[in-house]
Amino acid sequence: MTGVHVIERGDFDGLLAALARRSYTIVGPTVRDRAIVYDEITSAEDLPIGWTDEQDGGYYRLRRRDDEALFGYAVGPQSWKQYQLPANVKLWRARVDQDGGLSEVTEPPRESPRLAFLGARSCELHAIGMLDRVLLGGAHPDPADSARTEDVFIIAVQCAQAGGTCFCVSMNTGPVAERGFDLALTEILNGAMHHFVVEVGSERGADVLEEVPHREAADVDRNAAKAVHAQTASQMGRELDTTDIKGLLYRNYEHPRWDEVAERCLTCGNCTMVCPTCFCTTVEDVTDLEGEHVERHQRWDSCFTIDYSHIHGGAVRPSPRSRYRQWMTHKLASWWDQFGTSGCVGCGRCITWCPVGIDLTEEARAIRDSEERPDAND
Amino acid sequence: MVPAPFDVLAKRQDTEDTWTLELQPRSGEPFEFAPGQFTMLSAGGAGEVPMSISGDPDEPQRLVHTVHSLGLATQAVCEAEPGQVLSVRGPFGRPWPLEAIEGADVVIAAGGLGLPPVRPAILRMLAHRERYGRLVLLYSARSPEQVLFPDELTAWSERGLEVLVTVDSAGPEWRGHVGVVTRLIRPAKLETGILVAMSCGPEVMMRFVLAALADDGVRSDRMYVSMERNMQCGIGLCGHCQLGPKLLCRDGPVCRWSEIAPWLSVREL
Amino acid sequence: MRMIDELIAATPTFAGLEPAHLELLAGCGRNEHVAAGELLMREGEAADRFFLIRRGLVALEVDAPGRGAMQIQTLHEGEVVGWSWLFAPFRWAVDGRAVESCGLIAFDGACLRGKCEDDHELGYQLMRRFAAVVIDRLQGTRLQLLDLYGRAPASA
Repeated sequence: MTGVHVIERGDFDGLLAALARRSYTIVGPTVRDRAIVYDEITSAEDLPIGWTDEQDGGYYRLRRRDDEALFGYAVGPQSWKQYQLPANVKLWRARVDQDGGLSEVTEPPRESPRLAFLGARSCELHAIGMLDRVLLGGAHPDPADSARTEDVFIIAVQCAQAGGTCFCVSMNTGPVAERGFDLALTEILNGAMHHFVVEVGSERGADVLEEVPHREAADVDRNAAKAVHAQTASQMGRELDTTDIKGLLYRNYEHPRWDEVAERCLTCGNCTMVCPTCFCTTVEDVTDLEGEHVERHQRWDSCFTIDYSHIHGGAVRPSPRSRYRQWMTHKLASWWDQFGTSGCVGCGRCITWCPVGIDLTEEARAIRDSEERPDAND
Repeated sequence: MVPAPFDVLAKRQDTEDTWTLELQPRSGEPFEFAPGQFTMLSAGGAGEVPMSISGDPDEPQRLVHTVHSLGLATQAVCEAEPGQVLSVRGPFGRPWPLEAIEGADVVIAAGGLGLPPVRPAILRMLAHRERYGRLVLLYSARSPEQVLFPDELTAWSERGLEVLVTVDSAGPEWRGHVGVVTRLIRPAKLETGILVAMSCGPEVMMRFVLAALADDGVRSDRMYVSMERNMQCGIGLCGHCQLGPKLLCRDGPVCRWSEIAPWLSVREL
Repeated sequence: MRMIDELIAATPTFAGLEPAHLELLAGCGRNEHVAAGELLMREGEAADRFFLIRRGLVALEVDAPGRGAMQIQTLHEGEVVGWSWLFAPFRWAVDGRAVESCGLIAFDGACLRGKCEDDHELGYQLMRRFAAVVIDRLQGTRLQLLDLYGRAPASA
């Protein structure tokens, strides 16, 4: 079965039940600690029903909606990255012998729980694909990742409103997910009407849908979904001109704007934690107090730390200026040379979760403007 | 990411804080590598460090590393004695383009601890001496006591490598050059038209010696360097070794100078 | 054996000098040999001469009690030794020792100084060339000062 169908709100739990029968652990959005985060969910009641998010530079608040939408928000501080590239992975554990050798090396079993992602947005699907390319597309696939997203069942949600810091349209990553999902839902809420227009994206998606009461979508349904998509696309909170952005940033390594942003940047690294494509990790060997056992861990790292660029003699990037510049130029420019795409999906998390509201779209604009109008004031 | 055990066969102290260790893979499988590659080396859980391979590529039953003891991890490696075991991952990285440069005169400019990473290349080229024109080594060290492999330098010059050595300062018993490595270029009487340059050492040293060679007419796309940045995974996944668009564990450490030089002029890149 | 004027003309430092000046320079120079280990000049002495190395190696040294003679730079074939003859206080700032047996052309600096006073064009040409020598040596010295191969400073 392919094509487009409709599931009524009342039958939504049937979708989750079908996944549970296939032994999927469903991970989806839920409200916790005044944010919408990803966690295991078992029924629609766990979803952030009737909640939306208000986002701006350095600002995130949940606000009650005046309807009961299941997916009436944009994106929260977490991304699906934590499943592809967990924050702390034990790679192996070993005994340290008297002669310094390692014995009894044990690698933790690669548990691949059958995961289903519920509520993945188009930007997030792109991010999942980018991380797969970084982690699995090289000569040495990530030892900690490998099969983590291979068998994930993905139910995407087409955004019904753009977030305050969203710019997926600029990055060509949304708002409409076109591939990379098993099922894609567009929530339609209109007075008493509350249903989901469902697009089938794979055979196993079709199989799951078979078990849920549904009807074929009529033209009015398809048009309603299209209208939602179009409205979202028109509401983007931010914009990024990506014309020759690689060249723009490569030409401007010494731009005074970097000094300006350095005065604000705390090098806290929040942006790298919330970004769905930031992939840097550190590899650490940790011993017990007697030095008899050692574990090698792979942990999330951030290019904002002073140690990140350490070589003998000191850090190559000691200044906040150089570290912010590294992050932004990697994300928007050198990612192209390293992996063949942009590193940014326009989700806006870095803008929302920066404590001082630094906005990379604004920084890029300032640099571009100064090239186009060199005599204008900064 | 699980390292392989290598037995320490022999250890030699080169300078006050530098040792050369000769290792043998416990598995018995030869450790094939190309000159210019590196391993991730560790001792008993004290942390891994990237380490250039300094041994003979035609003797893969041995893995040789010349290690400068500078921090916790290298100190632990340098304290390993014959009979003990070190852990090795690799080899990784892009090697010196020894096949591509056959037929050329080759000048190698090495400074300080930049000599061990070019040693495998020198040995390979000397083993196939007839494939190259002149082979010239310009080597600079801090002082006569810091000159690495002094007996080998003599042996290599007998096998067809012209060796010029300079030090930054010396006492009266030194009978050689004193001064920066760029000052060896004139006495080497190089014919720059057919010259390929390979350089390894502190980045400042490489910039100045390659600038001097460029002034003399060597093309920057015929010059190669071995670059260094913070390496942790060695396999292109952790992001630390980035230098502009390059991930040095994967796109290096050997880089063509014409590709990397523009990036080195950006401070704190 | 090459004539002194041919040797001077072939030396990079003196390239481009007009024939009259070359002849003048040659007239102030004569061949000398120095055995290995012998001093060419001593720190503090009047700098009335300078040299052109035809073959061999000369070390510039500074002697310090407890450390002995420290070599700070060596000069090789084709290079000039000494600029102090041209600049006040006309005193050698370092010792110069032949590391190996050297063939030199020794120039009468005091005499040339006088000639530069009389002929400013000659003075300009020589000043220009010796300034370039100083610059080249200074640049090398700056790099030596960086102590690039020294033990790295302890990180913060």
